[in-house]
Amino acid sequence: MVDLAEFWLLFVLTLDATIRVAAPLILCAMAGLFSERSGVVDIGLEGKMLAGAFAAAAVAYVTGNAWLGLLAAMAVSTALALLHGFACITHRGDQVVSGVAINVLVAGLTIVLGIAWFSQGGQTPPLPQGGRFQSIAWPFAAEMQAVPVLGQFYAEVLSGHNILVYVALASVPFTWWLVYRTRFGLRLRAVGESPSAVDTAGISVTFLRYRALLFTGALCGIAGAYLSTAQSAAFVRDMTAGKGYIALAALIFGKWRPVPALMACLLFGFLDAVATRLQGVEIPGIGQAPVALIQALPYALTVILLAGFIGKAIAPKAIGVPYVKER
Amino acid sequence: MSRELPAWIDIGVLPALNILMAFVVAGLIVLIVGENPLEALDVLVAGAFGYPGSLGYTLYYTTNLIFTGLAVAVAHHAGLFNIGGEGQAYIGGLGVGIAALSLDTVLPGWLVIPIAGLAGGLFGAAWAFIPAWLQAHRGSHIVITTIMFNFLAAALMVHLMVNVVIEPGQMSPQSREMAEAVWLPFVHDILGGFGIEVAPSPLNVSIFWAGLACIFVWLLIWRTRWGYAIRTVGRNEKAAVYAGIDPKRVIVVSMVISGALAGFVGLNELLGVHHRLLLNFTAGYGFTGIAVALMGRSHPVGIVLASLLFGALYQGGTELDFEFQTITRDLVVVIQGLVILFSGALAFMLHPTALKLWRGWTARREAA
Repeated sequence: MVDLAEFWLLFVLTLDATIRVAAPLILCAMAGLFSERSGVVDIGLEGKMLAGAFAAAAVAYVTGNAWLGLLAAMAVSTALALLHGFACITHRGDQVVSGVAINVLVAGLTIVLGIAWFSQGGQTPPLPQGGRFQSIAWPFAAEMQAVPVLGQFYAEVLSGHNILVYVALASVPFTWWLVYRTRFGLRLRAVGESPSAVDTAGISVTFLRYRALLFTGALCGIAGAYLSTAQSAAFVRDMTAGKGYIALAALIFGKWRPVPALMACLLFGFLDAVATRLQGVEIPGIGQAPVALIQALPYALTVILLAGFIGKAIAPKAIGVPYVKER
Repeated sequence: MSRELPAWIDIGVLPALNILMAFVVAGLIVLIVGENPLEALDVLVAGAFGYPGSLGYTLYYTTNLIFTGLAVAVAHHAGLFNIGGEGQAYIGGLGVGIAALSLDTVLPGWLVIPIAGLAGGLFGAAWAFIPAWLQAHRGSHIVITTIMFNFLAAALMVHLMVNVVIEPGQMSPQSREMAEAVWLPFVHDILGGFGIEVAPSPLNVSIFWAGLACIFVWLLIWRTRWGYAIRTVGRNEKAAVYAGIDPKRVIVVSMVISGALAGFVGLNELLGVHHRLLLNFTAGYGFTGIAVALMGRSHPVGIVLASLLFGALYQGGTELDFEFQTITRDLVVVIQGLVILFSGALAFMLHPTALKLWRGWTARREAA
């Protein structure tokens, strides 16, 4: 029999894992929010995150400095965001095709460059101590561990994460504030709904969308750096493994709003944490837990949501449509 | 003075320039990693055509890419972007596998093979039908749903392979070997039967099926009412409604055909080469199909040429691993990404410049 205290500990540990898994999803979903709220579809979250992960690990390994790695990740990811903008804002190319191109290009490029620079089959060497973001223990975390319920929650869930987890959590109120409480945010939302109205008001649609993509690039870069320099200590090929798409799903699930998107990321992270925990566990009556099916749940839920069976996901009106100024 | 570009520039010169740019950038990347791009190209070409059997390998990859390229193209004519070719090919392969594995000991091979082909098409079509129906009737965006369905297909296959289909006593998740009667004949065996000796390769008769699929798609799109309806919806959905065309039906029908075409990859891979059901046999062909369709401008002739190019790159790419310290077949993925970028997303980048040059040229000619 599992008693209550043991169950609580299990719950707290799962919650802890949830936050670790959800952190890159949150960053990526906020990234996507900026782009998509401005009317630019971003299938390329995956590619930008992967490029960021590679850049962070490569630079952190060479310099031994995790912060420089983070900067490199943000720079590379932003450059890709601008490439996306060049294709689909400046040249009015297909936004989906451009996103797919970035994903495919990065998937190949990270391996080609990884092999050429580190000759370890596309991986980077393990990062030195300074090249990683270490977990931060909050004051008295170890002492609080002994206190049941709240103490365990404090020690396991709140304390003991690396700085990028807190950055991820902070990115949500930051995004909310920027999008709903600033002039830039008002215009950002407007350009995603009705670019011609924004244009009529004498504001450049092009410049506004490019600025939105800068935020997208920076946040995706942080998400990538988290994967390779905080969660693990090296870059391995295809280390995003679909997380960019999950983040996109979370964004849709959250109806393109920061807080609901955060909740969706936490839900997906929780499912992932549970799936990992259930690996090989026998459930009475069902047998071996179908881990693959639990991992598929976020994708299935998104499809069901998009079909309008559980609420309706209403996208920004002008999403996916290149803006053509009247000639 | 002409206001539009002539066709030979629009469908000849500009796409060629776009592809050239993709290859130039790929060459620069080779240069960056410290190798000679021309040498790499030489290895690619030699690997794809140079030694006995290499052409067979090239054509074997080409077969897969024709299927997935046609799949993307048919959906594209209806204005739909089918990113789900990978998942549809995967589930199509499941259909092929189920049919072959359950019938290979009961029925003769010549009967099982068509049934397996049909099952592959049906399973692929069914996997495309759900996103198509959801797009047509519930307004869920087909790009997002087909991406999700790729992941769902992968999860489903892992689950089935590990828990259901796996050969008892086996460690790796793959089915038992199919009876030899249902193996598709290899082209080198057929030619050998005629006394023509060629080096063995995985090339099998499914390439003829791919050829038929090309003809079918050409007839469908440009020679039938259905094709007209598909193209009309792709051009302008509202106009299609006034022309008495039901876009919902067109969306569903074109996606179902698209999914079926992708499903045939299973025929080449499973009945043709592996002879068992296994994980990850789609190996990214669904995504390369996007590059193939964009490069081939969604026309069967263009798709055959683009498939041949990518087939050669796939096969030549394996040679890169042997010849170079620093570049591997992953370079092919880079080229693929660049092709999607330049001939897809940036397809119109050179258009204004070309138009300006052309107008200037015609104006000068008229003045003279």
